[in-house]
This record gives sequence, C-alpha cells and structure tokens, in this order.
Amino acid sequence: MARILIVAEHDGSDLNSSTAKCVTCAAAIDGSEIDIVVLAADASVIAAQAAELASVNRVLTIEREENDKPLAAVLAPQIASIAGDYSHVLGASSTFGKDLMPHVAALLGVNQVSDIMTVEGNHTFKRPVYAGNAIVTVEAPEGSIVVGTVRIASWQAAATGNAAPVESVTTATELPSHTRYVGLESAVSDRPDLQTAARVVAGGRALGSEEQFGLIYKLADALGAGVGASRAAVDAGYCPNDMQVGQTGKIIAPDLYIAIGISGAIQHLTGIKDAGTIVAINKDAEAPIFEVADIGLVGDLFQVLPELTEALS
Amino acid sequence: MDKIIVGLKRVVDYNVRIQVKSDGSGVETDGVKMSINPFDEIALEEALRIRESGGASEVIAVSIGKSEAQQQLRTGLAMGADRAILVAVDGEIDPLSIAGVFKALAEKENAGLVILGKQAIDGDNSQVPQMLAALWGRPQATFASGVTINGDTARVVREVDAGLETVEVDLPAVLSVDLRLNEPRYVKLPDIMKAKKKPLDEVPLADLGVEAGPPIRELSCAAPAGRQRGVTVDDVAGLVAALKDKGLV
Ligand SMILES: Cc1cc2nc3c(=O)[nH]c(=O)nc-3n(C[C@H](O)[C@H](O)[C@H](O)COP(=O)(O)OP(=O)(O)OC[C@H]3O[C@@H](n4cnc5c(N)ncnc54)[C@H](O)[C@@H]3O)c2cc1C
Ligand SMILES: Cc1cc2nc3c(=O)[nH]c(=O)nc-3n(C[C@H](O)[C@H](O)[C@H](O)COP(=O)(O)OP(=O)(O)OC[C@H]3O[C@@H](n4cnc5c(N)ncnc54)[C@H](O)[C@@H]3O)c2cc1C
Repeated sequence: MARILIVAEHDGSDLNSSTAKCVTCAAAIDGSEIDIVVLAADASVIAAQAAELASVNRVLTIEREENDKPLAAVLAPQIASIAGDYSHVLGASSTFGKDLMPHVAALLGVNQVSDIMTVEGNHTFKRPVYAGNAIVTVEAPEGSIVVGTVRIASWQAAATGNAAPVESVTTATELPSHTRYVGLESAVSDRPDLQTAARVVAGGRALGSEEQFGLIYKLADALGAGVGASRAAVDAGYCPNDMQVGQTGKIIAPDLYIAIGISGAIQHLTGIKDAGTIVAINKDAEAPIFEVADIGLVGDLFQVLPELTEALS
Repeated sequence: MDKIIVGLKRVVDYNVRIQVKSDGSGVETDGVKMSINPFDEIALEEALRIRESGGASEVIAVSIGKSEAQQQLRTGLAMGADRAILVAVDGEIDPLSIAGVFKALAEKENAGLVILGKQAIDGDNSQVPQMLAALWGRPQATFASGVTINGDTARVVREVDAGLETVEVDLPAVLSVDLRLNEPRYVKLPDIMKAKKKPLDEVPLADLGVEAGPPIRELSCAAPAGRQRGVTVDDVAGLVAALKDKGLV
C-alpha cells in the first residue's frame, strides 16, 4: 500500500487547481491512499474544496498564524513532522511547490523526484531533463520516503463530488522567524489563468513595444484566451513576468496555443510541448516554431493580427 | 558581510542541440561544448556587484564535479571571483550531497550569502538551494529577480507564478537566482591572464565530511515524443478555416 500526502497549494482563499492534478498523479500509484494537508491561517474553505476531490481519503489542516503566507522555511518543518506516516509526499511543480518540496525532502534526508510526468511503479517515474529534450526514467530508493513534485501540464485535474473527512492537526514544531513575507505584486487580469486556460495567445519580441503587445490582448479577448509571452517579450518589458512560457517560465498544455512573433527557441518550446494544437504566425518561413506548429501562417503580424481578431470576433 | 559563495556548475551549453544516446544510457556529452550553467553566471555577477558596492569582501566560486570543471572555475575567476574551490567527485552526485557540500563550505568559510542558480539546465532539478537552506538552517529566497542588501538582512524580489513576491531574510542566507536579475559581464582578455594567478584549490569530497546519500537512480533515457510539422495556410481566411476544421473556434 502507498500512503500519500499531498501538500495543498492555495492563495489563502481558494485551492489552486494544481492540487487536483497532484491527486490524479497520486492515484496512479498502486494501492494509493491519499491525504491532502492544508497549511493556512484559516483553512476552512480551502479544506472543504480539497475534500471534494475524488479519491481523497482525508484532508488534514494545520492552522497557525505563521501559515498565512507561503514561506518554505516555515511550512517545511510542519510537513516533515507529519510525513513519517507516509510512503510519498507530493506537491505541484509550480513555484510554490518548487520552493517548498526540496526543503521538505532535505529535512527528511532524501533527494527529490522533480517534475513527475508519469508513474511507472511505486518508486519509478518519468521526468524531463535538458529542457524536456530528454525524458529519463528514475527510481527513488526502495525503503525511503519518496518526495516529489508533479509536472502539472502532464496531468488532468481529479474529478469532484467526494466528501472526504477534514481533520485538524496540531504540530508543536518550532518555526523560524528569519524569513519574512513583505508583499506580492500581481498583475490583475480578468483573462483566463495562463496555466489552466483552454486557449492561449502568446506574443514575442516581434511585438516591439508594450503598446503594440495590446494586439495580443485583443486577439486573446476575441477568443476568450489566456495570454502568454516569450522571455524576450518579458525581458523587454512588453508584459509582466508571470506571462513567460518555457523552461524558466510556465509549462502549459492548452488545447490551442497561438504563437505570434515568437521564433521557437528550445527553451520556449519546452513550455508548450503538451499543447493540443500549436498555431504559429511569423514572417520568417524558416523560423523553428514552424517545425512544431500544426498550423503555420507566414506573414507580418501587424497585418495578420487585426484581420484575425476581426474574423474571430 | 565577509564572504559570498557562488556555485558554478559545468553543464552542456544552452545552445547545443541535445542528442539522446541510441542505447538509452543518457545524453551525448562527448565532444559537446560545455559552459557555466547560465543561471550560475547570473549568481556570480550578483555576488561581484555586491562585493563591488562594498557589501562583501570576497567572492568564492565553487564547483562540484570532475576535474574538467576547472575550466568553468577559471572563467569565473576571470569574471572577477577572488578564488575558486573544486570539490572533486568522479561521476554524478546527488543534489542532497551537493547541498551538503555547500553547507560544509558555508560553515568553514563563515559565508554571509550562498548564491546559486535557480536550476541547472541539464538536470533541471531545482533543488540544491532549497536543500542547502534546510540543512544549514538558514533562510532561502529562491527565483530572485531583485536583491538589496541592508546590513544584516536582504530584501529579495522573487519571480513566482502569481507575479513578484518580496521577502526579507536575515543573513546568512541562500539565494537562488532567476534570469532577469542581471546581465552577466563579458570576460576581457587581460582578466583571463590575471585569473591564471588566482588560487584554485582542489578538495576531495571526503575532506568535507559529506557522504553521498542514496541517489535517485536513472534507469533509462529516451528522446521525447516529437511533434510533427503540420500544414501551412496562405492567409487569415485559411487559418480561420483550419481552426474551424479542428473545432477550435
Ligand atoms: C537558460 C535559459 C532559459 C530560457 N528560458 C526561456 C523561457 O522560459 N521562455 C522563453 O520564451 N525563452 C527562454 N529563453 C530565451 C530563448 O532562448 C529565446 O531567446 C527567446 O525565447 C526568444 O524570444 P522570441 O522568440 O520572442 O524572440 P526572437 O528569437 O527574437 O524571435 C522573434 C521572432 O519574431 C519574428 N518576427 C519579427 N517581426 C515580425 C513581424 N512583424 N511579424 C511576424 N513575425 C515577426 C522573427 O522572424 C522571429 O522569429 C531562455 C534562455 C536561456 C539561456
Ligand atoms: C542527465 C543527468 C542524469 C543524472 N542522473 C543522476 C542519477 O541517476 N542520480 C543522481 O543522484 N544524480 C544524477 N544526476 C546528477 C544530478 O541530477 C544533478 O546533476 C546534481 O545532483 C544537481 O542537481 P541539478 O544539477 O539538477 O541542480 P539544481 O538543483 O537544479 O541546481 C541549482 C543550482 O545549484 C548549484 N549546483 C548544483 N550542482 C552543482 C555543482 N555540481 N557544482 C556547483 N554548483 C552546483 C548551481 O548553482 C545550480 O544553478 C544526473 C544529472 C544529469 C544531467
């Protein structure tokens, strides 16, 4: 039997959908019995959302004032203190999980399996290396607890409709005060979230300015799509950093991805390998993006975009 | 603050097209261009800037690996590191042990900061910095795109999924750096000559009291399922038709 603990990701008010994807990954492990732990100042709403997820056995809550903000150094010792009952501890491969889970692994004295794509056995997993240009099958040591992060783009969210019991846990763990949360600067947007959107429109360096990047938003709004960008577009200040797609940005798997004025560097392609249909619009017929595009249009984006937005509105 | 330790991992250059070996034993690295992990160049640049603004007295570049990693350390010295340490290991070593090496060195050198990359572009694990913070019992500020040192604390802007998060940490601390933190300087020829005279010590792993932990074993390696080039359309009307065809609009 595999007793699996999943660390819930949330923003203080709602459960992040990455947690439902971790549940699907956990359920792929043979004989899994899945608990979710919610660490928060007030966990009630989040725990209720977690309890609805299919195949979840129990939801544990650890409510402490210090858990109000996601500081790895504060959360990790609490997770480690309850990990002894489990064979696996999993978190999402989001910036939240990437920051937290290796800290948990080190406290438990094990290495971490990063970015789990598939489950091949209770200790055997597939994961990407070299920006997804190679896929390795790895085996965590038998007899040790497995700590891992789940590559969100590889998994569907678990269904809802469950009503798992919620239990409050108290930990006496002493917490450090050497790390203090100051604030979060978040671009407010009514558009669908890049990581879960079914359609994504993304712009690259070719957009040329923040104003002209507005063409991308217009097309996105006509399609009800989320917005992404290449690193070059973010670096140039055309759009905020949370839009970056790729090896060092977000790894996404929308049904439709439209890349506009993006050359298709390997670091960018890593982020869209699992997209359903890739559309590329680029004025250079030799651009590498066309090698992976299902539909390609060679043309000047400043002509194509207004026309396309009009046609789809 | 006295000293800053920076990790410089030797990795396959980011411009190289990765080839998986036909026997599935790994990725071709023979005759392939090797470089400093791009994130680690940024880590070193940040350390140099802190030293140059009077925030630190010495920058120590550290690489753990085979003796060939001396090349990357020499480049780091040419960029401006004061000295370098090669922790000699034959073959691959697991992230937890690497974190253990950095902890041992941080304590030995009494470092005020250990600055590492957010991830190594070969293993893409993104775990060493966080593990170091756990083992060392010191703060971590990962994915940094802005760092300000104020005496005994550092204010760090972090690139997170939701935007830009700011944290304040007491020093000593561990930072892992993101690409937008800075633009690393270019190495000038005279600096390469000067770097030859800077100290580069070789320390065996065993001298640091680190025992390699139980690794995660790599069983096999394969190329990813590729995507196929699809159709080309002539104009917007063709694109809209193709999207309709697939039921996407
Ligand atoms: C360690 C590392 C990590 C990285 N991580 C990422 C990452 O996560 N995400 C990422 O995106 N990049 C990443 N990069 C950067 C990556 O290598 C590329 O530099 C970047 O993706 C290029 O962005 P781009 O395609 O917008 O720009 P460019 O490569 O400059 O491409 C612009 C494209 O626009 C086309 N174009 C120009 N004008 C027009 C026009 N009028 N109409 C139509 N097309 C036009 C050009 O033909 C060209 O193909 C990383 C790099 C490194 C070293
Ligand atoms: C294809 C491949 C297969 C591997 N297989 C295995 C395996 O089967 N078992 C196993 O245990 N290990 C294996 N390794 C080694 C291991 O995964 C990592 O190379 C190493 O343990 C550190 O992880 P990372 O490089 O992904 O570090 P990350 O945690 O991604 O690195 C973050 C930062 O830590 C610092 N850092 C990391 N490593 C070093 C270093 N050596 N020297 C200096 N600074 C460093 C750098 O600043 C780096 O930017 C493999 C590596 C590769 C590339």
